[in-house]
Amino acid sequence: MPAPDAAPLPLKQTPLHALHLARGGKMVPFAGYDMPVQYAAGVLKEHLHTRASAGLFDVSHMGQIALRPKSGKVEDAARALERLVPQDIVAVAPGRQRYAQFTNADGGILDDLMVANFGDHLFLVVNAACKAEDEALLRAQLSDSCVIEPLADRALIALQGPKAAAVLARHCADAEAMRFMDAGPRKVMGLDCFVSRSGYTGEDGFEISVPAADAEKLASALLADDAVAPIGLGARDSLRLEAGLCLYGHDIDTTTTPVEADLVWSIQKSRRSGGARAGGFPGADNILAHIDGGAPRKRVGLKPEGRAPVRDGAQLFADMSSSEPLGSVTSGSFGPSINGPIAMGYLPAANAAIGGTVFAEVRGQRLPLRISNLPFVPHSYKR
Amino acid sequence: MTTLYTADHEWLAVDGDVVTVGITNYAQEQLGDIVFVELPKIGRQLKKAEAAAVVESVKAASDVYAPITGEVVEVNDAVTGEPALINSDADSKAWLFKLRIADKSELDGLMDAAAYQAHTA
Repeated sequence: MPAPDAAPLPLKQTPLHALHLARGGKMVPFAGYDMPVQYAAGVLKEHLHTRASAGLFDVSHMGQIALRPKSGKVEDAARALERLVPQDIVAVAPGRQRYAQFTNADGGILDDLMVANFGDHLFLVVNAACKAEDEALLRAQLSDSCVIEPLADRALIALQGPKAAAVLARHCADAEAMRFMDAGPRKVMGLDCFVSRSGYTGEDGFEISVPAADAEKLASALLADDAVAPIGLGARDSLRLEAGLCLYGHDIDTTTTPVEADLVWSIQKSRRSGGARAGGFPGADNILAHIDGGAPRKRVGLKPEGRAPVRDGAQLFADMSSSEPLGSVTSGSFGPSINGPIAMGYLPAANAAIGGTVFAEVRGQRLPLRISNLPFVPHSYKR
Repeated sequence: MTTLYTADHEWLAVDGDVVTVGITNYAQEQLGDIVFVELPKIGRQLKKAEAAAVVESVKAASDVYAPITGEVVEVNDAVTGEPALINSDADSKAWLFKLRIADKSELDGLMDAAAYQAHTA
């Protein structure tokens, strides 16, 4: 086994860095940050704890951006943002949040993000590895009508799992009353937070944006609850894979359209062909053609028939002997709740029927995988 | 019986002309929860430093290299059936495979327990 790589660059730290170290977090470089991949319990136990109780995740490395309309009317910010995403942002009501993607001229995905309507401005949460480019894109394209304000002085804490609502309710009066994808400013422990009922695990849960100076106080209070354990990036990845959720840079990137990525559900009718505000976003020609006429390939769930995990990058073949790959695996791991290997990848539309079998090349052998519905573990959002 | 160690975190228990090979407790701690193990076929001729087995955690697959040249004479089916045995007993019950030593001089370059402890300190 090769020795762990030494970090070549100075890594940034989140406001919860000291808490991770104090709790025995095993730190690794991730998107330029020194982040906990796991704690003493380990990935398996952390994963199962989140599904059974509640897990606390530090996602402060993600980008938080306020998009403020110069006119003062949030609809103007929504209309402006619609120039960059294929989603209906105008229809996001105050106090609500929606999943979106920044697209490029080919219809590929530059990043995926959450967009919330905070009444007088929009609040965006973007991926850590993309946040500089996202900010630059927003400045370049939307500065005529909006002020782009990165909220670098805020931490982001996710509390996920079936006990998350009961735990948060002890610190936040209307936590229980929120529904899935509700989002807005809330007092948590008297602190000025932004709370959304959403997450990246498939479980009910919340993401809480908190001033950096108060982050450790809030995280410690939540962790003081017996139901809550700290969860590292390792379990975050296995949880989101079981939930069939995309990881940017793996399952979606600049070469995949939202339609190929099986994210058509996230593109509202108003932005599709014949809709009130059809098109008008980068790559609309390609994306609408994929919606109307079908995409050439599709993201699918894949369940290896044996016990061996099939990892990101493994090539997929139609049979045991063909030399031309059909596609490849974009995420692959062991699903602790499934108690078996699971994966996602891309296949040509003609080869992507649920229940079909494809073969992945792993260490010179071809292993059969069944094409499966996503998610692998049903979502338990409180709608 | 002597136990030797490689820089790649394998242990070798030498018994006559056969060595038993496993990964060290340090290695399993680094890998985390082991969920899958693939062992070489009995009779396979392994060259020193050749990938011989695979241990996989939730996060990643790691190769286990042949610490010396030799023929695989036995494998531990208990660890393929219960990969987590590596996490609970890496140094003993969770041995991976046994090799018939081709060239005893290859053992000379390996570390003893004290040297390995220094290596992982």
